[in-house]
Amino acid sequence: MNRARKYPLLLIIVASAITVFATSNGAWLAKVPGPYRDKSNPYRDQPDAVAAGRRVFEDHCAHCHGTDAEGTKKRPSLRSARVQQEATEGDLFWLLKNGSMGYGMPTWAKLGDPQIWQVITYVRSLHQEQAAK
Amino acid sequence: MNVLRIPALVSRSGWIIIGLLAVFVLAAISASCQERPYFVTYSADLEEPGNLELETYNVVGNPQGGDPFIGSDVEFEYGVMTWWTTEFYLDGQATASQSTIFTGFRWENRFRPWLGHHAVNPVLYAEFEDTSADKSLREVVGHDGNDDFLVPNGIARLDKERELELKLILGSNAHGWDISENFITEKNFAEGGWEFGYAIGVSRPLQLAASTHECVFCREKFQVGAEMYGGLGTTDGFGTTQTSQYLGPTINWTAPNGLTVGMSPQFGLNSYSIPFLFRFSLSYEIEQVFSRFHR
Repeated sequence: MNRARKYPLLLIIVASAITVFATSNGAWLAKVPGPYRDKSNPYRDQPDAVAAGRRVFEDHCAHCHGTDAEGTKKRPSLRSARVQQEATEGDLFWLLKNGSMGYGMPTWAKLGDPQIWQVITYVRSLHQEQAAK
Repeated sequence: MNVLRIPALVSRSGWIIIGLLAVFVLAAISASCQERPYFVTYSADLEEPGNLELETYNVVGNPQGGDPFIGSDVEFEYGVMTWWTTEFYLDGQATASQSTIFTGFRWENRFRPWLGHHAVNPVLYAEFEDTSADKSLREVVGHDGNDDFLVPNGIARLDKERELELKLILGSNAHGWDISENFITEKNFAEGGWEFGYAIGVSRPLQLAASTHECVFCREKFQVGAEMYGGLGTTDGFGTTQTSQYLGPTINWTAPNGLTVGMSPQFGLNSYSIPFLFRFSLSYEIEQVFSRFHR
């Protein structure tokens, strides 16, 4: 009887672990609804937005993702191919707005859309910076 | 006489607060806040995981027929998980011509059942409080009103209140506006039925986009809004009669070093309310507080 009760619990724990693992490996990309994915960044390639986004990044993101966005022990690099190439700017907007529980990424909706787009503009500028090097 | 004793409290507790803040300011290399300018209303925003926020909320009032007072609390708010924030409060108050006393503590937890951003974002709130002669006015429930502030500290502090407080917090963000609604219910473990209350807040930063350079008094550093709150009676009599109601504008400003200063004049809307309250707050957020000790 007790053993029978334990199996569903074990199943739930394993399923939760798999979900968390999958989410932490970028499965969040598959969750992004179409309308978000296709959203265009109103600040794209604007130098002022890069500078402003850098300020917001330093205030809110750098402690987890590193001052140069190369990641820390626990949090991923934002210079990765996933962030710089695989994800659209709309995908990143969705992630910042909604967060990702498995990833430990909080929602940043409180920043407001303009600041979220500014951060994305800054993060995407890192790819151009890398390419220039 | 009355006027002289209140500044004496402010300076004493003020030094403690300044001392605490100074320690953490020295410990923190940089920190920042994006606080809503509310004093009673909770927004659906939780603390980011690993961040510790130090806050002090204060209210100055002069109840009709009673002595002026200042109620204060010091809060330690910590983001445990993306969906869980815990907070510990120490409360105190000083009443002119009476005394300055420590009134107790509170421990609250807020849970966000769905992390994603929705049109309305719910947060569940549970608090245990152990207070007596509390004048911090962090919520109004039941038939709370002006008369509660007429009881002398010496008598009021004998009445120990151990209470469970539950809230449903609903928050919405649209075009930079935050709209938050709180439905409050409170139960004293020793006596009485459930008491009810509400709080509603609306706010917006003066500028949504960040500036290219750090600035001090630019519009993005200010958030303005209004909040309204009051009691809704008890299980024996639900409604807005025979309880106090308050309304007032609110504003806060975040300094470049991350210290946020807020203030709000609030007005009692009926004869059960204290006619005028002045609230002010200071808060400071330390990002990833425990990781600093691992370096």
